[in-house]
Amino acid sequence: MDFNIDDFYSQMNSGDTILAYKGSVSSELITNVLEVMDAKLEDLIVKKSIKKKLYNILVESLQNLYHHIDDLPDASNGKFDIHFGIFVVAQKEDHYKVSTGNFIKNEKVKSLKQRLDRIKSLSKDELKELYKNILNHQEFTQKGGVGLGLIDMAKRTEGNMEYKFTKYNEEYSFFNLEIYV
Amino acid sequence: MESLSIEGTNKTPSVKLDPETGVIEIKGRSIPENSIEFYRPIVEWLDEYAKNPNKRTTVNVQLEYFNTSSSKCILDIFKKLESLKKARNEVMINWYYEEDDEDMLESGEDYESIIRVPFKMIEIVD
Repeated sequence: MDFNIDDFYSQMNSGDTILAYKGSVSSELITNVLEVMDAKLEDLIVKKSIKKKLYNILVESLQNLYHHIDDLPDASNGKFDIHFGIFVVAQKEDHYKVSTGNFIKNEKVKSLKQRLDRIKSLSKDELKELYKNILNHQEFTQKGGVGLGLIDMAKRTEGNMEYKFTKYNEEYSFFNLEIYV
Repeated sequence: MESLSIEGTNKTPSVKLDPETGVIEIKGRSIPENSIEFYRPIVEWLDEYAKNPNKRTTVNVQLEYFNTSSSKCILDIFKKLESLKKARNEVMINWYYEEDDEDMLESGEDYESIIRVPFKMIEIVD
């Protein structure tokens, strides 16, 4: 099956969408999205603790996206904006779904999959210990991260996340992550 | 030694460091994509302050949100305070969290278990 970004986007975008974005992911975009969402959540959600949890997931998932997108080679630039990513926030009954999508080099898929499976399998206490251990011992990466984003989100949602990798070509896959709050 | 004061923005907290009173205040949101740059002057200030610190240092951390990038910088600040404490100075960290914000309370407790400085968890009730 060929990978079609528009089909993918409309699939992600089904249900009660609060916000959906497809395009270049920049620092300015993140600032704008967070500002818009801050106001929207204020209207949508009564319970402050849920609002805070969701906002934290938004921050972390957007910044994870920003830091970890692999850009397709120049030849594909007509089709995709530079630093292309997808971001959707939707409401589903009494919970919220935050989805991100980005290209990733095939060679990274295996280790990311292993990482996600491991994180998803850990209990709340195990996640807490792992988080503290990395926080205390890990130095900053070149990208300015600490490799805590996924663990932090799993910790806040008790591992309530799903992922999917779709092969795009010989070199790249599309990585879709969904987090439920 | 000069005091240091940084105004808050949507993505970075307001910061007040006063060498006279020994009160350090970090308040608001800390969610920049790259927090190293933001926290560097604070860490440098603390290095300077440690040379001739107040007898008692009080740290008030009142954050609404912080991201994982900031969490590492905050730990680095706490480690500076831990050294200050080791050098036989009095240090106290007041960790504020809003009512029902269990994630924020838990974050404070995570730091408390890593850093050898007394913490006080303070709930803010509306």
